[in-house]
Parts: sequence; C-alpha cells; structure tokens
Amino acid sequence: MHELSIAMSIVEMAEEESVRHGGGKVHAVHLKLGKLSGVLKEALLSSYEMACEATALQGSQLLIEEVAVEVFCPQCGGPRLVTSIQWFACPECGTATCTVLRGKELEVVALEIAQ
Amino acid sequence: MSAEPRLVEVRKNVLKQNDVIARALRECFRDAGVLAVSMVSSPGSGKTAFLEKTLTLLHSRYKVAALVGDLATENDAARLARSHAPVKQIITGTVCHLEAAMVRNALADWDLKQLDFLFIENVGNLVCPSSYDLGEQLRFVLLSVTEGEDKPLKYPTIFNSADVAVITKSDLAAAVEFDEVLARQNIQAVRPGMEILKLSAKTGEGMNEYLEFLEHRRVGIRQPVRAGVGNELGTPAGK
Repeated sequence: MHELSIAMSIVEMAEEESVRHGGGKVHAVHLKLGKLSGVLKEALLSSYEMACEATALQGSQLLIEEVAVEVFCPQCGGPRLVTSIQWFACPECGTATCTVLRGKELEVVALEIAQ
Repeated sequence: MSAEPRLVEVRKNVLKQNDVIARALRECFRDAGVLAVSMVSSPGSGKTAFLEKTLTLLHSRYKVAALVGDLATENDAARLARSHAPVKQIITGTVCHLEAAMVRNALADWDLKQLDFLFIENVGNLVCPSSYDLGEQLRFVLLSVTEGEDKPLKYPTIFNSADVAVITKSDLAAAVEFDEVLARQNIQAVRPGMEILKLSAKTGEGMNEYLEFLEHRRVGIRQPVRAGVGNELGTPAGK
C-alpha cells in the first residue's frame, strides 16, 4: 500500500506548484496514471482524500486520466496498444515486445486554482 | 471574482525526487565500478537464503556487500552476517518498499570503490517496489517453485520492471509438481526476452551458471577489487 505515500507526494507537489503560480485555493489536481505505473487508481483516490486532510488541498479533487500501455512493435514498425498487461505482444501481428512507449506515467499534469 | 478556476500546467513526475536520487546512485555505482543488483519477491520466496549463498560464494573472490530492507526486524542482517560480508539492514517501519533515498542514506558511510558487487534486498512485496527505481543496474525478481506458475500473470508490473527472473527452490520442483514450461511461458508473456535463471540455494543447483552470469555482467565495469586487499569498506573515500 504505497498509494498513501504517493498521494502525499502529489499533495506536496500541488501545494508547492500552487504557491509558485501565485497561490490560491486548489480545486483539482489532474494526474496521468499509467497502467504500468504500479499504482492503483482506486487506492490512490482514497489515499488522496486522507493525504489532503489538514492541508491547503483539503476538499480538492484528484482527476485521474489513465494511460494505456503502448509498445513498439518491431514487426509492424509502429506503436501498438497492448490488450492486456499480462501479454506484451502486438495485438495486430502477435510479435512479442517489451519496448514500452507509454503506460508508466505518474505525472501531475495541471492544477485548477481559484481565481 | 470569476467562478471559473484557472488551469495551470505542471507536468511533473510525482516520483521525480526518487528518480533523481536513483539516477545519481546509478552514476555513483558506475563510477565506483560496482555492480548493484536488487532483489524483489513475495515474502518467503527464499530471497535471504539466496542472498546468503550469493555472498558466501562470491566473498572469496570479490568484495561484496548487501543492504537488506525489512519492515521491522534485523533477523535478515543477522543471518546474512554469517557470510562475513558487510551487511546493513534498512528498517523501513511502515513503508512497504525501499526508496532511493533509503539506499543513499544507508550507503553514506561505505566507500563504494572498495566493492565489486552490492546486493540490495527489497522488502518482501510484489506490488509496491515496482514503482521505485533504486539506481540498481540489475533488478532480479524471484519466483519460488512453491508459489505457483501464475505469479508473473498476477503481478505483471513487477515482472515487467525487472531485468532477470530467478526461479528459486528448484530442489522442491518435483514435490510441488512445478510446471517449469508454463512458468517460463508466463514470464515471457509479461516480459518478452527476459533472462531466466533456475536454481536452488540449498542444493547449489544452478548456482554456478548464476555466478557466471553475475561475473559476466560485471565485465566491462572494472577489474575486481582483490579480496583482502585495500581499505576496509567503512573507510571514508579519499582518506
């Protein structure tokens, strides 16, 4: 259960960034979360609420955009979305590949701050 | 006052701080000529026995040391001390994984130049350690034959984050009717091309191939620090 420490890092980062951008109440944090990040969306959402308590972010929302796992298929020569993280292969031609292009993201993309 | 909140762009990796420390550690390992190998697995897969055997076998020819992560006890460090290699326990408290900063702090009073191999045993956990880069050059994920062939499919993220899969307790394979072909197939499904080693720390089966693999991966880093020669590990660099 490392989602709580991840949530605390998100809150800390949001606090710092909001100050850097002139301050104001943070309404929402937009986060990109890769399917291969090792972080579970549901666990992160409940941890986020806890992590926000008694901070400037209390009452804010965590808006998560999940990112599918995209690999490079050497056979087709292009990016392909894997159908399951239990099978790292091109869904078109079946070639095995573990060149991951996207899907490991754990990134604070933006903040919504009150005017 | 407008009701519409303003949107400010951030675009920052949440684990940036960990990644920065990990990158610095990786550079330190490379500059010092030490091969840093981390080990992840579920609790009870034989990590400590495997590490004890590794340290014992390498100790006569190389300078080896280990960091072991655990939630509460120092039992593992005490077991590993029998190998006579320097071992330091990192007690993580409630934290279920090692982070790069913990590794950096634990290494603060060790002179890495006096080492050939550094082993880092993570907390027994197949979920959380996958998100944290420790600066290691090689990550082993252990899978004991008693755990079942489908472990890689249940924990694809950690298998995908590792470089080498080590099938442990091979001496028990027949007793638990371990299907090696299926296990290898599952490992390759979640991490195509992954190197797989199969061994038993108890009987020694597969240990020679494993040691050769380690030595081979060290080649190109630097000539070994001769065991018994040079400063002790605890001597600060530059003294």
